[in-house]
Amino acid sequence: MSETQITTDQTQFVETKQDSNFKRLLRSFKKNKLALYSLYVIILLLLIVIFGPWITPYDPQEANYDSILEAPSWQHLAGTDEFGKDVLSRLIVGARLSLGVGVSAVLLGAVAGTILGLISGFFGKWVDRVIMRICDILFAFPDLVLAIAMVAILGPGMKNVIIAIAFFSTPSFARIVRGETLEIKERLFIEAERSIGAKKSRIILRHVFPQTISTIIVYITMNIGGAIISAASLSFLGLGASPSSPEWGAMLSASRDYIGHAFHLIFFPGLAVFITVLVLNLFGDGLRDVLDPKTRD
Amino acid sequence: MTGLLEVNNLKTAFISDDKTTQVVRGVSFAVNKGEIVGIVGESGCGKSVTSLSIMRLLKGTSGTIQDGEVRFHDQNLLDLSEQKMRKIRGNSMSMIFQDPMTSLNPVLKIGRQLMQGIMLHLKYPKEKARKYAVSMLESVGIPRAESIMNEYPHQLSGGMNQRVMIAMAMSCNPELLIADEPTTALDVTIQAQILELMKELREKQNTTILMITHDLGVVSEVCDRVIVMYAGRVVEEGKTAEVFENPKHPYTEGLIKSMPKIGQKQSRLYAIPGQVPDPANMPKGCKFAARCPHVMDICTEKEPDLIKDEEGRKHRCWLYQGEYEGGEKVDVKSSTGN
Amino acid sequence: MTSNPVLEIKHIKKYFKISKGWFAEKKYVKAVDDVSFSIEKGRTASIVGESGCGKSTLARLVNGLIEADSGEIVFKGNDLTHKNEAVWRTFRQPMQMIFQDPYASLSPQMKIKDLVAEPLLIHYPKMSKAEIEKIVKETLDICGIGSQHLSKYPHQFSGGQRQRIGIARALVLRPELVILDEPVSALDVSVQAQILNLLKDLQEKFDLTYLFISHDLSVIDHISDDVAVMYLGNIVEISSRDTLFESPKHPYTQALLSSVPDKDPKLKRERIILKGEIPNAANPPSGCKFHTRCPFAMNVCKEVAPVMQTLDNGTQVACHLYQENQS
Repeated sequence: MSETQITTDQTQFVETKQDSNFKRLLRSFKKNKLALYSLYVIILLLLIVIFGPWITPYDPQEANYDSILEAPSWQHLAGTDEFGKDVLSRLIVGARLSLGVGVSAVLLGAVAGTILGLISGFFGKWVDRVIMRICDILFAFPDLVLAIAMVAILGPGMKNVIIAIAFFSTPSFARIVRGETLEIKERLFIEAERSIGAKKSRIILRHVFPQTISTIIVYITMNIGGAIISAASLSFLGLGASPSSPEWGAMLSASRDYIGHAFHLIFFPGLAVFITVLVLNLFGDGLRDVLDPKTRD
Repeated sequence: MTGLLEVNNLKTAFISDDKTTQVVRGVSFAVNKGEIVGIVGESGCGKSVTSLSIMRLLKGTSGTIQDGEVRFHDQNLLDLSEQKMRKIRGNSMSMIFQDPMTSLNPVLKIGRQLMQGIMLHLKYPKEKARKYAVSMLESVGIPRAESIMNEYPHQLSGGMNQRVMIAMAMSCNPELLIADEPTTALDVTIQAQILELMKELREKQNTTILMITHDLGVVSEVCDRVIVMYAGRVVEEGKTAEVFENPKHPYTEGLIKSMPKIGQKQSRLYAIPGQVPDPANMPKGCKFAARCPHVMDICTEKEPDLIKDEEGRKHRCWLYQGEYEGGEKVDVKSSTGN
Repeated sequence: MTSNPVLEIKHIKKYFKISKGWFAEKKYVKAVDDVSFSIEKGRTASIVGESGCGKSTLARLVNGLIEADSGEIVFKGNDLTHKNEAVWRTFRQPMQMIFQDPYASLSPQMKIKDLVAEPLLIHYPKMSKAEIEKIVKETLDICGIGSQHLSKYPHQFSGGQRQRIGIARALVLRPELVILDEPVSALDVSVQAQILNLLKDLQEKFDLTYLFISHDLSVIDHISDDVAVMYLGNIVEISSRDTLFESPKHPYTQALLSSVPDKDPKLKRERIILKGEIPNAANPPSGCKFHTRCPFAMNVCKEVAPVMQTLDNGTQVACHLYQENQS
């Protein structure tokens, strides 16, 4: 045999049957009906968020003093408020605010938490100890109290509500990502990366982080519901959106005085928050069953 | 000849949502009393699933026995109720696994785990069971058996735990011991001890052993007879010495040739080209055809039967099936380029 | 032949601390305890031993994945001992590693072409995309992975194919020394033969030097030029392959060789079956660490650790049985 000729016993390719995450997602959702229906509702909510201003039956800001505090009817499906504004229209427009606050706050918290978690888990030692102790301290405060304190310092307003909620959701993301990182760090392919000379930054960004994404996505979905409630609570307490804005929490807050004779003013915004949070959590559960390596069989 | 265990046309499949994958495709063989029989094959050939099917230990997996029978003492184990089966398991038939740590309970002391089985199956009172357990541990070569009784599995080494497993499996004097890769997780010096122990068991107590392994060395060391499995089927069966000396099936031959041997200086090893076929997508005809150096036209069309020749050897290959006349032999392809 | 070692290891030590609780006495596992050897260019040196003997730790010490406590690692005349990560990184091109488990050693969410291109991106950041692709294709092709698979992910391949990808990844930088940590132990026999053949071909083609770690003596016999036998952190015997397998000197080597099951059922050798278990590495026996299982143990073995000495046939062995040969 000549020296240069290499005979490789050409391996024929065997496609091992392992489906992509997406296929598994679809298959698992076929079985998990609740998660599937939740997904439909979430898609509907997203459509409302996107097209809200164009599909409202009335102008949500237009006062109509001829029809104040009307109960639900065919004209006003969710009734009217104390200024005669159509509640349904306000809810539709408010979806953007409420969901927007929830999503952006959680995303912000997720980004910050992921960065901290990756650093903490990968570098370990004193870096890890410092970051985790700070998280422990933040965990010791009830979330809402922390957020109220934050808003009290920063001043009321939607932007500060987002910052406050992001701030208190950061530690939980940091913790989860750190746990994942600790585990991934010990896997053989990380050692293989080091052996080819990959720098730490490369290992973290290209090899550790992609492994944590599915967990992070699940956790984001599960947290958005909580964040919406927190945002609504802060608005209800008058610390968030201004009382006249159609943010769901603010709507609840504004209708406090009419609870006795205009129940629909409380009921519909409450229902909107309830359904949104419920479907997000159900969907998150379903997603976790598929994506989270720890619950996967 | 008395067949202690007879497996006839056993078919086992794994069933998931939308597809059924047969991994044991009509396996038949017999094990006689006092024999050590090896089932050898590479991963995915169905050897482990065969052993689990015999013990009916597929519950909790998606594996289902679709067809066939497993005759043990002339009763079909597949017909028995789960309750009756439980009485047979650990009593007249026991099994040891590759990883002893997964089959020993980590939170129970060794003594307690041993005594449980003895008290259940042999109905010994506690004190007698304890003495018997200690004697069992001693008989498998465990030093300071008394103190080991009070230790937990994690305090012992892999080899020790495997001995405990064997002691446990042997404690009710089973007629048949099924050992699934019993030495694969162990070091060679410890493997040698365990294999020696199994040979002793057969000599002293006439235990019949069905050994599942991927290691031809282990087979040649302890087995009287060997069954070679490929892609869920038996492709060859015969006395170990004969099969190793003169393998009939090209797969067996390739397997034996591809193992490096100590003291045999070859610059290259014979390598079976290609891969094991995907069980979900089996080719037509002989399952080994794509990798076979002697492949003929008929091989890719029709699957040969497992036939028994005049020497009493069994093989599933067109090369030896007399009725085949037509077609021409394709040149022997050298797959290693040597 | 002039001595021109690619790699020289001198008196290397690695102890892992295992202290339970705050007040407990500090205890160490002597994973690698004063090990020395060297590898000539183009040869295959193997380390063989049972689990816990420290052979995998040794592989990682040589590759700088873990830092040695003391001793010297000299690679092509460069002393790499106690050098920081940045210095090591520059030597990660001529020195590559192939790992045991092909399922776990490839980053799961990267395509094959990216996995194999990564070493090039790291070491040649200025290389053009076209050139990288050319080298990647070429290397994968040599390793037996056709270019139609470039965009697939590791989980779509079988174990043997993944090991080929792992080999391609190590080879893409055209290294001089390749450290192979049990490269075929996770594979089936028929695939194992394919990979061993591939490794031999590659060695010939690229003039590679191998440090081959394995527990499987028949694989070691097949692939090695020189063999070192390790037991509980020490090398007990070093020899050329032929000498070692034909006339093993150390009782442990003898026992190890005779424990390997014969592939020929007719050939029944006299077997040495060792008594007892491998001692706990955290609490090794005094003197010669093998004396608890050694069939020839003498009084001196319990007290004095034997020193390595060279016998007439070139074998280096650490055993009191051969002590008198020295004087």
